[in-house]
Amino acid sequence: MSAPVLEAHNLTRHYEVKDGFLSKPQILKAVDGVSFALVPGQTLAVVGESGCGKSTLARMLTLIEPPTSGTFNLDGEVMSFENGGQVKRMRRLVQMIFQDPYGSLNPRKKVGSILEEPLIINTDMSGPEREKAARAMMTKVGLRPEQYNRYPHMFSGGQRQRIAIARALMLRPKVVVADEPVSALDVSIQAQVLNLLKDLQDEFDLAYLFVSHDLSVVRHLADDVLVMYLGRPVEQGPNEAVFSAPLHPYTRALLASTPRVNPDERIERIALKGELPSPLNPPSGCAFHKRCPFVQDRCAKEQPATREVQGRLVACHFAGEV
Amino acid sequence: MNLIDIQNLSVEFPTAGGMLRAVDGVSLQIGEGEVVGVVGESGSGKSVSMLALMGLVAYPGQVSADKLTFGDVDMLSLPSSERRKITGKDIAMVFQEPTTSLNPCFTVGFQIMETLKVHEGGTRKERRERAIELLDQVGIPAPATRLSAFPHQLSGGMNQRVMIAMAIACKPKLLIADEPTTALDVTIQKQILDLLLRLQDERGMALVLITHDMAVVAETAQRVVVMYAGQMVEVQPSDALFSTPRHPYTSALLNALPERGAGRSRLPTIPGVVPGQSDRPGGCLFNPRCEQASEVCRTKAPVYTVHEDYAVRCHTPIDPLLQRAGGET
Repeated sequence: MSAPVLEAHNLTRHYEVKDGFLSKPQILKAVDGVSFALVPGQTLAVVGESGCGKSTLARMLTLIEPPTSGTFNLDGEVMSFENGGQVKRMRRLVQMIFQDPYGSLNPRKKVGSILEEPLIINTDMSGPEREKAARAMMTKVGLRPEQYNRYPHMFSGGQRQRIAIARALMLRPKVVVADEPVSALDVSIQAQVLNLLKDLQDEFDLAYLFVSHDLSVVRHLADDVLVMYLGRPVEQGPNEAVFSAPLHPYTRALLASTPRVNPDERIERIALKGELPSPLNPPSGCAFHKRCPFVQDRCAKEQPATREVQGRLVACHFAGEV
Repeated sequence: MNLIDIQNLSVEFPTAGGMLRAVDGVSLQIGEGEVVGVVGESGSGKSVSMLALMGLVAYPGQVSADKLTFGDVDMLSLPSSERRKITGKDIAMVFQEPTTSLNPCFTVGFQIMETLKVHEGGTRKERRERAIELLDQVGIPAPATRLSAFPHQLSGGMNQRVMIAMAIACKPKLLIADEPTTALDVTIQKQILDLLLRLQDERGMALVLITHDMAVVAETAQRVVVMYAGQMVEVQPSDALFSTPRHPYTSALLNALPERGAGRSRLPTIPGVVPGQSDRPGGCLFNPRCEQASEVCRTKAPVYTVHEDYAVRCHTPIDPLLQRAGGET
C-alpha cells in the first residue's frame, strides 16, 4: 500500500450561531474530531444521516473552509490556511464531484468551456492545448469528443454526471471528493457511473472520499468506511469488517434500516426511535444515547472516547459487548 | 372484488414535438387491502398513471381509458365535483417531498383539519380532537402542541408523518404513496415504511407504493408492477419477481443493483438511456438496450400477456426453468 496522499488529524469545524443580538452566540460543532488517511487508489466512504457533518468535512478537504482546529497534510505538506499561495496551489490537487448534475453545471456554458475553465484558472496552457485536453478527457469519461460544443441541457442526467466527473479530473487531482455522486441517478445509470468512477480511479490512481447515505453503494465501492453521527466519528474501519460485523449500535441500526432486495440478506431489525437531535444542543454523554437500543446509565454521563476494538476505531462504551 | 380496475389507461401531453405519451396502455387491478409496488426509472410513467387515477392530471394533459372504476363507481364519467368527493376521502395520496407539498403559510393542524372539514364536517372541537388523534397515530410526540407548528418548524420525517396523517384522516380505502421516503434518511425511511404498513394492516386499506428503489419494494409490496417508458412490462408477486424476473429489463435492473454486485469490481450495466419522445424505437421499446433482442423485437411491439401468476410484455420472456438449467451446466 502506498503512502497516504491526505492525512487528517482531529479535524474540527465549529460555527457560531447567533440567535438574536442580545443572546450569547451558540457553538455548533459540525465536525468534531475526525481523523483519517486517504491512500491513492483507495476509497474512503463517509456515511451518516443528514446533519452528521459529511458535507462540512468535504468542504474542509476541498479547502473551501479552514478547520477550526486540527491539521491535515496534503501531498506531504502541512496545510496552513493563512498561506493563501499554498491554498491556491494545493486546491488543484483536491477536486469535487457534486450530487446534483442538474445544478452543478452552468447551463449557459458549453461543455468545452466548462471543462476548460479549471485549466484557464490554474494553468498557462494555450487555447488549442486546452481544447485537446478537454476532448481527450471527454473520451475518457465516455462522452463523444464531438459533443464539445453542446450545452448541458442537451445531455441526460447520467451524461451530465460524466461531464461533472470530467471537470473534476481536468487538473489531474490526487484526491477526489464525491458528494453523493449517484444518488440523483436512476439505477441503470447509477451502475454506469459507479463503473466509470472505479475505472478512473484505477487509471489515475485517485484517492476517493465518497460521501453517501446509500449503504449498498458504499459496500460495493469503498475500501474503508467512516460512520459519523452528529459530527463525531462513531465507527471507522475496513469495509468488509464494518458491514459484516458492525460494532457500534448506530452502525448496526443503519445497516438494519437499509432495505434489501435479497430476503436472506435482511438482518435483525433494530428500528431506531426518534430523530437526529439538534447539533446545537446535543445530548449529554454519548450523542447517540437517546436513540440507542442498548443504552445504559453510563452513556448519558460520559462521552465515549474513540478506541480500537478488533482493528477498528469505535466510539462506544460497550463496543464488542452488545 | 377489485377495489380499482384500470383498463388500457393512457395519458398524453401535447408538446412542441407532438403528443408525448407518458402512460401507454396501463391495465391494473388492485384488490382490497393489497400492497402493490410500482417501480421504474424516472420518466417511466409511474407517477403520472397514479395521478390520472386521482384525476390530478391537469390541462393540457389528456387521459383516456377503456375502464377506470373505483369499487362500483365509474371514475371516467363522474363529474369532477363528484369525483372530488372521492379523491382525498376514499383515495388519498402522499407525495414525495413533504416539506414542499405542505403549505408553508398554514399550521399543520390547520391543514389536517381542512381535510376533515371538507369531507366529514363536524364541529371545530371535534375536528381538533380528530387531528390530535391522527398525529398521535402517526407517531408524532406531543401532538396537541404540534398542531400549531408550521411545516418549516418540523423535520422532513415529521412533515412526512403529517402528510400521512392528512391522507388517512378520512379513512381511505386506497392510499397512494408516491416516493414517500426518497427525501428521507434511512433510519427515518424505515420508520415511515413501518408506519405505512402498520396503518395498511390495521385499517385494511390498499396501498400503492410508487418508488424507484427496488429494495424498498422488495421489503414492503405483495405484488410488483415494473414500468418502462410508460408501459407496464412485468407484474409478479414480490418474491417471484426478485427471484425469477421474466422480463429482460427487470432482470438487468436487478443485476445493476450495487447490492447484488458486492465483491465484484464492476457492475453489469444496461447500456443507453430510457427513450425520450423523439427517439422511441420501433417494436419493443426496450429493444435497443436489451441483450437478447432479436429481429422480431425490432419490428413488432410485444403484447402485454397475462399468465396465471405473472404478466409480461416481451416476445421472449425469460423462462426460469431454462435459466436454472442453463446456470447449472
